Amino acid sequence: MSAQTMYEKIWNAHLVHQEDGQPALIYIDRHLIHEGTSPQAFAGLRAAGRKVRRPDLTFAVMDHSVSTKDRTLPVLDDNARAQFEALWRNCRETGVRLFDMHSRNQGIVHIIGPELGLTQPGLTIVCGDSHTSTHGAFGALAFGIGTSEIEHVLATQTLPQFKSKTMLIRVTGRRPPGVTAKDIILAIIRKIGVAGGTGHVIEYAGEGITALSMEGRMTVCNMSIEAGARAGMIAPDDTTYAWMEGRPFVPRGKDFQLAVDYWKTLPSDPGARYDTVVELEISQLAPQVTWGTTPGMVADVTGVVPDPASFADPVERKAAERALQYMALEPGTRITDIPIDRVFIGSCTNSRLEDLRLAARVVEGRKVARTVKQALVVPGSRVVKAQAEKEGLDRIFKAAGFEWRDAGCSMCIGMNDDVLPAGERCASTSNRNFEGRQGKGGRTHLVSPIMAAAAAIAGHFVDIRDWGVGQVE
Amino acid sequence: MQPFRRHTGLVAPLDRVNVDTDQMIPKQFCKLLTREGYGRFLFYDWRYLPGEKPNPEFELNQPRYQGASILLTRANFGCGSSREHAPWGVADYGFRVLIAPSFADIFYNNCFKNGLLPITLPDEQVDELFRRTYAHEGYRLTVDLEQQTIADEQGLVLTFEIDPFRKYCLLNGLDDIGLTLQHEDKIRAFEEKHPVTPVQYDEVDMWSPERAAD
Repeated sequence: MSAQTMYEKIWNAHLVHQEDGQPALIYIDRHLIHEGTSPQAFAGLRAAGRKVRRPDLTFAVMDHSVSTKDRTLPVLDDNARAQFEALWRNCRETGVRLFDMHSRNQGIVHIIGPELGLTQPGLTIVCGDSHTSTHGAFGALAFGIGTSEIEHVLATQTLPQFKSKTMLIRVTGRRPPGVTAKDIILAIIRKIGVAGGTGHVIEYAGEGITALSMEGRMTVCNMSIEAGARAGMIAPDDTTYAWMEGRPFVPRGKDFQLAVDYWKTLPSDPGARYDTVVELEISQLAPQVTWGTTPGMVADVTGVVPDPASFADPVERKAAERALQYMALEPGTRITDIPIDRVFIGSCTNSRLEDLRLAARVVEGRKVARTVKQALVVPGSRVVKAQAEKEGLDRIFKAAGFEWRDAGCSMCIGMNDDVLPAGERCASTSNRNFEGRQGKGGRTHLVSPIMAAAAAIAGHFVDIRDWGVGQVE
Repeated sequence: MQPFRRHTGLVAPLDRVNVDTDQMIPKQFCKLLTREGYGRFLFYDWRYLPGEKPNPEFELNQPRYQGASILLTRANFGCGSSREHAPWGVADYGFRVLIAPSFADIFYNNCFKNGLLPITLPDEQVDELFRRTYAHEGYRLTVDLEQQTIADEQGLVLTFEIDPFRKYCLLNGLDDIGLTLQHEDKIRAFEEKHPVTPVQYDEVDMWSPERAAD
């Protein structure tokens, strides 16, 4: 057999049925569900008189609309309460396992999947959420789906899928101090564009990737969708196995060894062919800050807001003009001169323990600037929160003037009451700087956790490399 | 699902690149439990001034584009969130056809589940359609899925590509869950040689049927 990519291996291992001229039927090993996109799927299932085929492979969690404040209080938002009640009822009726908002294991779906060990190399994983690409960091094939597809997976545990093209992104060079996985993925999106990965599954490789922790790899894969790719993947290796061992749903003892033996067969074969190959050299990479309303509108922290006139393509030029108008920024403004009103450290991109540890090192012994109205830290899961508290990170953040919250999607999407007010500017560790994403009229700048933490202290963006902290690892 | 064969309708231009699904249906409307009624919320923040007053600056609010059923737009339409509320809104507003140089993958998939036909055309052809839409008030196109053609009333005829299976499903309004369930024997056979039920080794704080039975 010819050399295969990891994507092709996993695809072939999940092929249930294939007919000429039709999409392949692919088996789904894990179906993750949240309250935001699932109620209509369960309703459709019920209306058609169908059952959940494999409740044992389906796991639900409340994350999008949950409060990050006191959850013992009643839910005042009627719509959110209806979502929670629907998920609770749907799980009870169908036998789907549920982490509700009071569970000690609750958190953002893409944080808790890996944390529980439900995410494993070689699996197919779907969720009605575009950031499902996160799980590819373990060498799984994981992608976001729509509500009709959720219903399809509930009913059949399969999905009709067209095979994607493959893209290899080779990240070479050593990551400089102060530069994180977030900066790498923003630089990748800057290079290939927000539609650069459309129709592709991306595989990230090279020493710039293998040197990353699992947390960093998840950050990279998480934002694959921001480059237009449905899935991003990284070959499993010793870093992966060490991170997984001992997690609640990961095999133990001899079974673990057997699993590792299988996982070792997954990486792409030498000589495997990709439809597209991209290289990024990172030894000179600077921390990245977005200036516009797509994640591809990004600059070095040492740079300036670009002049729309510098864009050759008229459609891109117009988009840049609109973006600057929305963001209330003048061309030529130095990135480090942009003042900020709020800081959000959280989201499925950057709310894991490593993110919080690094951000805490930046803020320790310092104070949030007076001009910053709110600085939020929202751990990705309650397990992350508990561990961070054990390490005293919560006290560091609170002493500096940050608010320390409960786990959820929070101000990344603003479906609960953590909303960025109109006209305000936020340094955010999340994944989307779309118009209105964090709140109608809100202005989002995407950065790494250490860059967000430093911006909170300074009141404007700063080059974290000047602070002598932030060396990762 | 409503079959799609042939459609003639008014064209509305949305001359913006990378229109994301957050823009189509903002977050606050993603808390509803139904699939219906999202047309009112489509492009909410662009379309309305405070108090849900139509914003005259927004293209689709211009009188000449009222009743449009074909949306002409730019590359990477539907990027971002997987929310199917976006195509629900697009369809409920009255659109049946979307024309752009490219679409984001998840949105593109979601369109076909909702009887919407997304058509990809080369940049130059999209540019030409924009020119004609602006030049002729009441500019209409006829889209024939069977023939894979787009025609206007001035004699312009374009052809487009579409996957044959997607075309077949849309022409016949097929429910693909029903199609998949025709292969239930194959799914069952696959499951027998592919055991993936996760084994739980540690206590986790999770509702499960087993726990409920305790």
